[in-house]
Amino acid sequence: MRKILILIVSLLVISLVAVACASQAPSPEKVVETVVVTVEVPAEQAPVQPQGYGTIANRVRERGKVVCGVHTELLGFGYLDENGRNIGFDVDLCRAVAAAMFGDPEAVELVPITAADRGPVLQTGEVDMVSRNMTWTSKRDAEWGNFTWITFYDGQGFLVHSDSGIKTLQDMDGASICVTTGTTTEKNLATTFADAGLSYEAVTFEETSAVYGAYEEGRCDVATSDKSQLAAVSAGFANPKDHVILDITISKEPLTPAVPSGDDQWFDIVKSVMWGLINAEEYGVTSSNIEEMKSSDNANIRTMLGEEGDWGYSVLGLEPDSLAKAVAAVGNYGELYNHYFGPNGIAFTLPRGLNSLWSEGGMIYAPPIK
Amino acid sequence: MNASNSPPTLAPPVAPGPLEWLRKNLFSNWFNAVLTLASLVFLYFTLVTILRWALFSADWQPVTYSPLLFLVGQYPRAQLWRPGLSLLIGTFLIGMSWGLWERYIKPFAIFFAILLTILAIFPLKTPTITLSIRAVFLASPVLIILGYRIGRLPAVKGKYVITMWLLAAIFITLVLLPGLGNIPALPKIATTSWGGLLITLLLAVGGITLSFPIGVLLALGRRSSLTVVKLFSIFFIETIRGVPLVTVLFMFSIILALFLPAGSRIDRIVRALLAMVFFSSAYTAENVRGGLQAVPPGQAEAAKALGLSNFQITTFIVLPQALRLVIPTIVGQFISLFKDTTLVVIVGINDLLGISNAVLNLKPQFVHLQMEVYLFVAVIFWIFSYFMSYTSRELEKSLGIGKR
Amino acid sequence: MTILSNTQASEKIPLWRDERILRIVAQIVSAVVVLAFLFWGVTNFLRITQQRGMPLTYNFLREPAGFPISEGFLTYDPTMSFGRAFLVGLINTLVVSGSGIVLASILGLIIGLARLSSNWLLSRIALAYIEFHRNIPLLVLMFLWYFGVFAKLPSVKESIAMPGPSYLSQRGLYITFPRLTETGSIFLIFSGIGVILAFAAFYILRHIRENTGRETHFGLTSLGLFLLLTIAGWFLSGGEPFWMDKPSMQGFNFQGGFRLSPEFTALLVSLTMYTAAFIAEVVRSGIQAVHRGQVEAARALGLRSPQVMSLIVLPQALRVIIPPLISQYLNLTKNSSLALTIGFQELFAISKITINQAGRAVPVFLMVMLTYLAISLLTSLVLNVYNRKVQFVER
Repeated sequence: MRKILILIVSLLVISLVAVACASQAPSPEKVVETVVVTVEVPAEQAPVQPQGYGTIANRVRERGKVVCGVHTELLGFGYLDENGRNIGFDVDLCRAVAAAMFGDPEAVELVPITAADRGPVLQTGEVDMVSRNMTWTSKRDAEWGNFTWITFYDGQGFLVHSDSGIKTLQDMDGASICVTTGTTTEKNLATTFADAGLSYEAVTFEETSAVYGAYEEGRCDVATSDKSQLAAVSAGFANPKDHVILDITISKEPLTPAVPSGDDQWFDIVKSVMWGLINAEEYGVTSSNIEEMKSSDNANIRTMLGEEGDWGYSVLGLEPDSLAKAVAAVGNYGELYNHYFGPNGIAFTLPRGLNSLWSEGGMIYAPPIK
Repeated sequence: MNASNSPPTLAPPVAPGPLEWLRKNLFSNWFNAVLTLASLVFLYFTLVTILRWALFSADWQPVTYSPLLFLVGQYPRAQLWRPGLSLLIGTFLIGMSWGLWERYIKPFAIFFAILLTILAIFPLKTPTITLSIRAVFLASPVLIILGYRIGRLPAVKGKYVITMWLLAAIFITLVLLPGLGNIPALPKIATTSWGGLLITLLLAVGGITLSFPIGVLLALGRRSSLTVVKLFSIFFIETIRGVPLVTVLFMFSIILALFLPAGSRIDRIVRALLAMVFFSSAYTAENVRGGLQAVPPGQAEAAKALGLSNFQITTFIVLPQALRLVIPTIVGQFISLFKDTTLVVIVGINDLLGISNAVLNLKPQFVHLQMEVYLFVAVIFWIFSYFMSYTSRELEKSLGIGKR
Repeated sequence: MTILSNTQASEKIPLWRDERILRIVAQIVSAVVVLAFLFWGVTNFLRITQQRGMPLTYNFLREPAGFPISEGFLTYDPTMSFGRAFLVGLINTLVVSGSGIVLASILGLIIGLARLSSNWLLSRIALAYIEFHRNIPLLVLMFLWYFGVFAKLPSVKESIAMPGPSYLSQRGLYITFPRLTETGSIFLIFSGIGVILAFAAFYILRHIRENTGRETHFGLTSLGLFLLLTIAGWFLSGGEPFWMDKPSMQGFNFQGGFRLSPEFTALLVSLTMYTAAFIAEVVRSGIQAVHRGQVEAARALGLRSPQVMSLIVLPQALRVIIPPLISQYLNLTKNSSLALTIGFQELFAISKITINQAGRAVPVFLMVMLTYLAISLLTSLVLNVYNRKVQFVER
């Protein structure tokens, strides 16, 4: 009996503490205060900056870490390796930003978020950036935050069993189609089929693995998603040859990292890092030759790598060689792409297509760094 | 049973032979015989199907490829000694508990020791299980036995061990695993990179310890003579019990965040934990209320006559009796809380089930191997819950609650 | 005694120790705290919804939803409104939990009885069933059923043909199903009236017979009434009130017939089997609570085992069984919200999509919470009324 008594008393104490903590969490006054106090203009900025300028960037600097919302279950873009390390194309973009800010690609805190979380975490500023296979649309831009720079041009396509005989959209009339819920994909599908006057049975799942699992088993005739994802998954099927990705693209899916609205400095920092990666590829600066390139004959390269001139870093509160550090950490855009999706990519192989540099017939284009 | 009641003139009962036993228990009449045969056929087909699949057609690669992912998720591999140390502390305390409360803990302790030994020597061809990890696994059963020896010493009392458990839980969850910023040996590790069984156990243990006292308070509140407190408790309990856990989780993970000041963050795991605590405390409150109602009012009246204050009556007279009555139901509630931790998957936390979704996306070849991965997860859950319900049944027996 | 109370009354109790006053003070304080908390909560809530551009209006419910729903018991297509989608979800939840409750009760009763069977093997199998289901998470069970069993059925082209004709494949079970023809409603109305009249006649005539002892042939009369009206309806509908809706392979899928989709079935099966394990335990403890003497007395009167069970034991056990049974039913209903993980879209799944697509987290969320609350409260209200009736009758 004494034992139980001691247990009860100690638990009661814990409970009081817990109640106190729980009631502290959504504290009312805090809400009022902070909403009002967000007006903070760093004095050293010479140009008159809008309200909120630098708030997020300063928070990141103080913390010494970039908090980044990522995927943990999407092969190639945001997933885990066998050691539990977050890897992927989207994840490395976060690391590039961290390298630019702090010179350390590991100065990131990677928060796994769901598709439904993406809007709320941006609206509330719970994370500093979201790099999670997110399509840029006007509505999301208006409601969620600022979308920085398109890093991957994708489009929604269809994956079918080769023996189904499906070649065109019309062939899919009456088919069962596997699709992920809560994404733009689901809506595109509905619109396209309604416009074409076709019927279909939607089989919807939360998890991408569930979508493709069900498709491969034969539950669906068709799986639809971004083409990159379809390529990734079909490569891993038991018999990859039994599946075809149709040459139909029903939507534009510009995948873009985004930041919360309210801080133009932070917005510009993330954009510059994306531009830096793309420009580095244009100039042939790679993570391995970056030291030699610092003494390149090309003045543009020297500027980008922080050897001469100001490409804007001083206003952004960055170091001259911030972009050089970003490239050194994750490689230039092309290196990053090939690391995951190239001919020997660690995730899967996907021809660059639209994601080639503009100079090579693709869409990847960034303002000059100068 | 009947034999002991029978008059002494009868010969002592002879243990029935196997044939006799068969006849009595399986073929006592034609209906029973049919039932037995049908059951045998059913058993045969179920077992054959499962075994044939598990041994021949299943591909266990996702499970064996990186077992550490299931255990600790993304926890930095350079800091693995911290969950390792937690495991060692845990096993030592399990050992001590075994020594102290042999009847309840023994099967679990022995099973756990054997399991860890197998894990330590299992010839997995994966580089992720290093020699030092195997050493930790191998050290655990040794610590269990050491703890058992110590637990058997007469000087060791139950209250010490309970205090040690509490202290260990606080130390592990607040110091060892998250780390302290100012000690270089313990760098901070954000909870966003915790995962797997670690998160599941954290949510379960945290949810259980925190929801219990809140539940007791709510139960007392519901029986309070203060109308406002009573109404508030009823409102809270009935609202929470009326909605599914996923909606509560959703409220804490998304809606709550929308109402926090910009840029402020409550840790995602803490939010999920709060949701579990909220949810579970409402159910605990109802269970405890059942116990409170079963305590005869004469107890409280007698205590009052002795001059005890209301607070004293509740804490020292009524509650201990009520809690004793509801221990089995509360353990049942804890088991369901433990299983319910899987729902945090829906709000994007990589607990054991969430990490198995990540494992499925580790390699393109794994995507369609759901059955293998989920079955593995099911087995882990089953083991933990089974031993919890075993303990609860033993408690029920020793407290004699079922036999009133 | 009187002296004691007199001396006590004469002593003046200080205010801070007077229990009555303390009581009132505590009441007021707690009331103020709760009211302040509520006031703060509500105003803060309203202000932030304004500030963050999340108006608490429900106008969006009329906007077109734009997303497909895999299946529902109401007609729906993506051009319909968010409100309609929500309704589809609500009906889906009600259907799946309603059928789950019925099936789980039946299965739970069977397993509970098997657990108590004198047959050792059967009792052990029932125990294994209970222990398996009670100790794994429902979510995992759902995954196992859906991906492990239903997704592994033969593909639609190799469907298992069964008599009916009906077909079983990964795409679900298609059954030939009678459907009403254009004139079929006449038949349905007539036989419906027939059923009502027959019941009325049955009760009235039996009442007369019980009171007066006069032979009224209540059974035959009511049967005759029913048959007469049904046959009349049959002829009035032109002799063809139904047509058989047979499933046939067209394009990728079967068309026609009655369909049980694999998602719905997997959800129903896992909910049923999971809850049945808990119900079985409830049934077992209920039956064990019935005094052994009751059984022995019934046996002594010459009742056979099934009779003892159905006439003596179960009615008494019901008193113990019903309260925990109600909470199991509520659990099943709430657990149906996990359906989104295996591709069945009910209330919670559709609300989650609505939050994503319409971007209105708060209003949608309020709707979901209140809807579930209403379902739970209504269910427990109805069942509690029934419970009271059972308890009363027994005493």
